[in-house]
Amino acid sequence: MKESLNILTRGLIQENPVTKMLLGLCPVLAVTTSAVNGLGMGLATTFVLLGSNMVISLTSKLIPDTVRIPSFVLIIATFVTIVDMLIKAFSPELNQSLGIFIPLIVVNCIILGRAEAFASRSGLWHSMLDAIGMGAGFTLSLLLLSSIREILGAGTFFNIPLVGEDASTVLVFALPPGAFASLGAIIALMNALEKKKGAAA
Amino acid sequence: MTEYLLVIVSAVFVNNVVFARFLGICPYLGVSKKLDTALGMGFAVTFVMTISTAITYVLYYGILVPYRIEFMQTVMYILVIASLVQLVEIVLKKVSKSLYSALGIYLPLITTNCAILGVALLAIQEKYSLLLSVLFAFFSAVGFILAIVIFAGIRERLEDADIPKPFRNVPIGLISAAILSLAFMGFSGLVK
Repeated sequence: MKESLNILTRGLIQENPVTKMLLGLCPVLAVTTSAVNGLGMGLATTFVLLGSNMVISLTSKLIPDTVRIPSFVLIIATFVTIVDMLIKAFSPELNQSLGIFIPLIVVNCIILGRAEAFASRSGLWHSMLDAIGMGAGFTLSLLLLSSIREILGAGTFFNIPLVGEDASTVLVFALPPGAFASLGAIIALMNALEKKKGAAA
Repeated sequence: MTEYLLVIVSAVFVNNVVFARFLGICPYLGVSKKLDTALGMGFAVTFVMTISTAITYVLYYGILVPYRIEFMQTVMYILVIASLVQLVEIVLKKVSKSLYSALGIYLPLITTNCAILGVALLAIQEKYSLLLSVLFAFFSAVGFILAIVIFAGIRERLEDADIPKPFRNVPIGLISAAILSLAFMGFSGLVK
């Protein structure tokens, strides 16, 4: 029980895929112009991660070691295609704003990383928990970064205006430089907090 | 002629793969500690990106479109790129030992470089012709080299700088990248 809980929660902060392991940074930087996009990308990635982790943990004994990586990539690509079609069908606006970053979930290193490092050598239950935990951690980071960028850059949060219409916003946060700088600041903050915690313990 | 020139300028400067499109951030942060490894990675990316865009373009219009199975795009592209990287590795090993020893260690990393898949997908999305797609891929890679080499130069200097502890390594790298991308935004408006 305790082990399951640990697998579920470690992706959130201690082993957060974005701020700690620095995986999958391309979508993190690219789609976080608004909180809706960030949340959408996070959920889509979590779905792919859950599907691929489940299938890989069930089939890893059947797959010969030499073709392991290509098989994993193929499984992941299948789930990405499913997500791509679902988003196209149910939310054309999200499809428009995420653009090529939906098919690019295939090369998100978090997914292949979890498949290789965890799902291929763990049971179904633990692989599912791991996928949900890592997916939640990824979504959390995306949501944090996109909230910062949307509030400062556009003056809105989930498309709800927070400031008056004629108020000026810090446009640079909505543009590429803002993405790099905010992510750098978040990672530095995490490092500082961790150091403080380490010193207290 | 102007059309070609526009694509070239746009791929290298205005819509730089790293600073404007956010593709290939992992190798950009990962192998930019030294100038020569950055160059090696840049050349390996150029090589694979140009070939893979040409091949996926032909396969897309040759197989996927006639049979109306465009939804297989993602699956097919990633397979083509993964096998192409392996093939390039084998061919280089046989044909040119020196090139292999220069690029060899970067090639496996390229399979998961989203810039390769991203540029191949963008070329289709922009509805370029074959020649234009290849040019677009090649010059996007040139843009990548430009970005990673400038960044490696900055990072070599950052090594000696006295940076507050929490900002060391990646955070300061990201913030330098922010300033660089701010500089590259000066190019926007060159191409509509």
